[in-house]
Amino acid sequence: MVTEQQVWAALDEIADPEIPVISLVDLGVIRSVDVREGEVRVEFTPTFLGCPALEAMKTAMEEKVAALGADPDVQVISDDSWSTDRITPAGREKLRKAGFAPPAPREASAPKLVQLQASVFRCPYCGSTGTRLENIFGPTPCRSLRYCESCRQPFEQFKTI
Amino acid sequence: MNELLLGLADDELVLGWRESEWTGIAPMLEEDVAFSSIAQNEIGHARALYQLLTDDPDALAFDRALDEYRCAPFVELHLLDWAQTIARRWLYETADEIRIAALKDDPDPAVAGLAAKIDREEAYHRMHGEMWHARLRDEPRFRAAVEELWPYAVGMLPEHLRGELATRTALDLPSDTVLQGKERGSHTPGLQELWDEMTSVRRSAPAGSQW
Repeated sequence: MVTEQQVWAALDEIADPEIPVISLVDLGVIRSVDVREGEVRVEFTPTFLGCPALEAMKTAMEEKVAALGADPDVQVISDDSWSTDRITPAGREKLRKAGFAPPAPREASAPKLVQLQASVFRCPYCGSTGTRLENIFGPTPCRSLRYCESCRQPFEQFKTI
Repeated sequence: MNELLLGLADDELVLGWRESEWTGIAPMLEEDVAFSSIAQNEIGHARALYQLLTDDPDALAFDRALDEYRCAPFVELHLLDWAQTIARRWLYETADEIRIAALKDDPDPAVAGLAAKIDREEAYHRMHGEMWHARLRDEPRFRAAVEELWPYAVGMLPEHLRGELATRTALDLPSDTVLQGKERGSHTPGLQELWDEMTSVRRSAPAGSQW
């Protein structure tokens, strides 16, 4: 019989389809794993509701659970329980090394434009905070575009959610 | 069916469709990226809302007759002018924030939870709208666009939320005569063309097709 630990380990092998340096477990989108007589229920929280990778993530999880010989029941939970704060410390470090600046911590109120425009975001390449906002939006809903004035490198910033 | 949620979902779907029309032709590359991303996100919100209402969100999105859509005339307008497009972004997000805030207090936890999630994401759309508003608010062309679209924005909200919108935008509520044909419940001629295109692939395939 499959154990909860085996399921978590299997899910940790699934790379984020858009940012493959980080796994779904690193991303913190798996809220719970519940093993019951041959059935594995996984609760999964989307990052952004408009994320084009949602279906791919769900299918990948179902395949991993099925490969362990259990019946997958992957439930998408569309509430406010996922935040970028749930990205694990290891996940943040993997993001940074791949050139994505990790998100700032969530605050009670939504982030403001003036915060995004402030020079507090650190360049993942040279570490300078002399960076500016280029575009609130980027190639996927979860990223913004910034530019480092110090090493003249554009980079992607994970949006705080 | 919850008409309020259906109206919100239809607004997000149809506006997402309209915003996506700027993909590839926006006046600057950064806005091309921004509008594409906003469109994708709005359609994602529509999908999540439809999922609260039905087990088959695609059927709800694409299989209804035109007069069954509950979107407001505001989101249907086919705007080809950049000043008008930006004016609609700013007005839409300002109005949207008010109704989403009301939904966050909904007694149904599924509705309240989804509203909270949507609100977190919309914060970035609002920033985009505010950024452009700050940049263009003294430009005559932008002011004219806001003036023209303002009654449509008011017509998007139920009456009890309109005062709040007027306060936030510092604009005066229009008369009932001006609002005629611009409130939810009416549709504009542009919706037919949009519906034809939006549902064309779905209609061309036999029912039950797997993609």
